[in-house]
Amino acid sequence: MHPVCILLVLLSCFSVVSSGTSAPYHGIEKYAEEYPLPKLPYAYDGLEPHIDRATVKVHHTGHHAAYTTNMNAALKEWKNDDTSDSLSRSSLLRILQNLQDIPVQYRTKLRNNVGGYVNHALYWGCLSGNQGNRTPTGTVAADINTVFGSFSAFREKFTAEAASLFGSGYVWLSRQSSTSATAKPPLVITTSQNQDTPISEGLRPVLVIDVWEHAYYLKHQNLRAKHIGDWWALVDWEAVNVLDGWWAKMDVKVHEDL
Amino acid sequence: MLASRLFTVARAFPKHAALGCLVPRLKHTLPDLCYDFNALEPVISAEIMKLHYTKHHATYVNNLNITEDKMADALKNGDINTTISLQPALKFNGGGHLNHTIFWTNLSPSGGGEPTGDLMTAIRDDFGSFENFKKELSATTIAIQGSGWGWLGFNPVNGMLKVTTCANQDPLEPTTGLVPLLGIDVWEHAYYLQYKNVRPDYVKEIWNIINWENVTERFAKARMEKLQ
Repeated sequence: MHPVCILLVLLSCFSVVSSGTSAPYHGIEKYAEEYPLPKLPYAYDGLEPHIDRATVKVHHTGHHAAYTTNMNAALKEWKNDDTSDSLSRSSLLRILQNLQDIPVQYRTKLRNNVGGYVNHALYWGCLSGNQGNRTPTGTVAADINTVFGSFSAFREKFTAEAASLFGSGYVWLSRQSSTSATAKPPLVITTSQNQDTPISEGLRPVLVIDVWEHAYYLKHQNLRAKHIGDWWALVDWEAVNVLDGWWAKMDVKVHEDL
Repeated sequence: MLASRLFTVARAFPKHAALGCLVPRLKHTLPDLCYDFNALEPVISAEIMKLHYTKHHATYVNNLNITEDKMADALKNGDINTTISLQPALKFNGGGHLNHTIFWTNLSPSGGGEPTGDLMTAIRDDFGSFENFKKELSATTIAIQGSGWGWLGFNPVNGMLKVTTCANQDPLEPTTGLVPLLGIDVWEHAYYLQYKNVRPDYVKEIWNIINWENVTERFAKARMEKLQ
């Protein structure tokens, strides 16, 4: 074969293997001995001018990193304590879906830190600096219109929840549990306190805003409404649809495993 | 001395006079701050103090007044649904106002060190030593998930001191029955601009500005009320 052809074949193989950067939430569905701090799909200044570099950096390397460290330590302690407990050797998703089965002495620590790890991975995964993906698209956009009447009605409701949440927490757009392998379950807006997650309620989150003060205080101080505006300007609807599809694959896998 | 004055939150309840005649309600207001915004530096920056007082505390006061107005209307109309649905906002904003009012008096530019007299005796009796108490309040406060407050409270039932925490703006006394003596605000807005995510540093430093005179006055008052 001509050397250029060999080169082209090799390059196309390489691009197939590495096509699509890994989303920050990849890996939460399979067990690992230890979990790394997920890489952001953008540089620390990649969300400027909406979310500032300093905030993204401390949010990732300070807060998200602390949840990662504390989660790994708590998981290790739990595993060492009971070598027969299979839940301690399950994926983070399964752990969040079965909080009530974690031994009580580890439950709060894992609820907070696995929650913190996964919630932030999802938060990062819905955002990008890519201006091209700002219009709601795909199945999620269509289903938003069905459930909420229009995108603006959805946005108004979501924003109101984010603005009025007391204390620390998140606002979520999730699909309810899948009862069928074919039909898409309906979308629903929920809120959670602290590092609680709708995953623990059996929901599949496709969009999330972090309204803990650390998500916006450096830039906006007490003005949470401005942070909410910044966040809307960064939502990457292609990423939201990818996340939606990722859950669907998870459900298919569950049905296959049964 | 202004710094030692106990703040009582302006009480404002509707005065129901004759049927249908409602005396206008007094509004809650921000209490006076006994020191300048920069007075607690370097422990708490002027920037934080100004925001915390003029924005956060002021918003609680404002929203408390709004909620109480709505509550008064709902009560007047016998609208139980609305009365109940207003309760979270009442707890949040009322608690926020109560908590911050106590907090400003718990701090002083000439604070720090250790308490003396009856309060120190009580701390030694109930915690073993001042160091033990300081460690317990610090660790418990740092460990709060999300937003909340660490408290030294007085138990009016058994007369003992207790360290505990409350989530969000839940006020200590209605939530736990403990009388608040000393509170440490660990909502991120209380420290973030200066300490970022390093809450332990903020909690370590705040001991340098604790107004033990104020905490002692609160303790004495709580004890006297228990004896009655």
